[in-house]
Amino acid sequence: MILFDHVTKLYANQERPALDDVSLEIEKGEFVFLVGPSGSGKSTFLRLILREERPTKGAVWVAGKELGHLSNWKIPYFRRQIGTVFQDFRLLPNKTVAENVAFALEVIGKPKAHINKVVPEVLEVVGLEGKEHRRPDELSGGEQQRVAIARAFVNRPMLLIADEPTGNLDPGTSVGIMQLLDRLNRLGTTVVMSTHDSNIVDQMRRRVIELEGGHVVRDQSRGVYGYAQ
Amino acid sequence: MRAQFVAREVSHGLRRNLTMTLAVIITVAVSLGLFGGALLLRAQVTTMKDFWYDKVEVSLFLCGKGSDTASCAGGAVTKAQRDQIKSDLEGLKPLVEEIYYESQAEAYQHFQEQFKNSPIADNVRESALPESFRVKLSDPTKYEVVASAFAGRPGVEQVNDQRQILDKFFKLLGGLQAIALAIALTMLVVTVLLIVNTMRVAAFSRRRETSIMRLVGASNFYIQLPFLLEAAFAAGVGALAAIGALVLTKAVLVDSIVAPSFQFTSFVGWDAVITIAPILFITGIVLSGLAAFFTLRKYLRV
Repeated sequence: MILFDHVTKLYANQERPALDDVSLEIEKGEFVFLVGPSGSGKSTFLRLILREERPTKGAVWVAGKELGHLSNWKIPYFRRQIGTVFQDFRLLPNKTVAENVAFALEVIGKPKAHINKVVPEVLEVVGLEGKEHRRPDELSGGEQQRVAIARAFVNRPMLLIADEPTGNLDPGTSVGIMQLLDRLNRLGTTVVMSTHDSNIVDQMRRRVIELEGGHVVRDQSRGVYGYAQ
Repeated sequence: MRAQFVAREVSHGLRRNLTMTLAVIITVAVSLGLFGGALLLRAQVTTMKDFWYDKVEVSLFLCGKGSDTASCAGGAVTKAQRDQIKSDLEGLKPLVEEIYYESQAEAYQHFQEQFKNSPIADNVRESALPESFRVKLSDPTKYEVVASAFAGRPGVEQVNDQRQILDKFFKLLGGLQAIALAIALTMLVVTVLLIVNTMRVAAFSRRRETSIMRLVGASNFYIQLPFLLEAAFAAGVGALAAIGALVLTKAVLVDSIVAPSFQFTSFVGWDAVITIAPILFITGIVLSGLAAFFTLRKYLRV
């Protein structure tokens, strides 16, 4: 699903690379935690997968495509295969829950009949049935993140990128979000999630990739947040 | 679905940015209105040239008794000189289309008719008016050929080209047209800058939407289309206003005010307005579309 082949990313005007000669592979259907301190390269790692950045050296493969050779006009079509969730939800405040989710389909030109069918379905999957007509500011943080996940998942992507999805949520709410992501993973979606939340990582016991200073310092299946004692 | 979504985005964007939209509409209207005015003025000059060049003649005034130019040192023109001039003019065919001889008596008669109600008519004697050849050229711009052949020849007092008098007038109109065009071009530059800025503000105020659109894989075309249509819509409305002003200029200023008081010449017809209108509309749309497109390329990157 994802292959990093000796990837180095050096931003302009910076001496130290954000990622330094990283090679790893993530299989289809995996659930991967990306951990490490701030500035360790987690965000760069995710941005490379989304082709928001190009590697300075090496190659990134996602869903069978080498992203360095993906022409500009193909990028939108590539991104339709990936769902994205962020710490700050990124919802449109003047649209209702259903409209926020529908927006993702409208802008890629899906027919109205299709939208009317799949939006209620995905809202049920994320546990928001009955709240279709609320606006984001009427929802709790956890519910807002569920809307964002619904929007990311409504197009049934093969890959879900979550950038600290529980970063703004209290521990109880975070558990609910993690159960939801786990469910989507069990439906066959590959999930790559960056996080600082050690409790979650320790509880889930999934693959953990730890970055530090742009290097992979640990890659452990069924890992925990810190080094296993 | 697509059309409905885009239409919704466009109307939303136009209303959200109402003041900027109005500013774009007004500058487009003013700049295109001036541009249209300059084009109309040019059409007017062309119409008048066609009208007048058809009527203008080259006049060869022959020496009379009182003529004091060097070529008239030998006194009034002799019959031999006159016949020679006539046959030389015939020799210039086909450039010379028609030759018409006007005797002193005929000149006096024309003069009396022309200044019927003026006291000047009573003070002019027949002998003061020169006899002349009036020559019509197939190509009025080739006046020099005639002038160089006859100016300064004994018996010819003066070669006079009516076109030169008209040309001074046309130069004035041409100058006005150049000024209108210069102002119009300046205004068009202002319009482009305003559209660029409007698009920048629009892209910024909708950066949330566009960032989500990019995220979920909306194509560039889909992201930019509402912005482009907004710019095109504002420019289209402005262009229509400019066309309206052009029609008013033709109907009121030209047809009702100027034309009745200057009946000796012809004025631009509606065909000129019909030719200019689509030029204004297309200029407005294309200019704003290009300005918006290049701005958005910078601000809405993949």
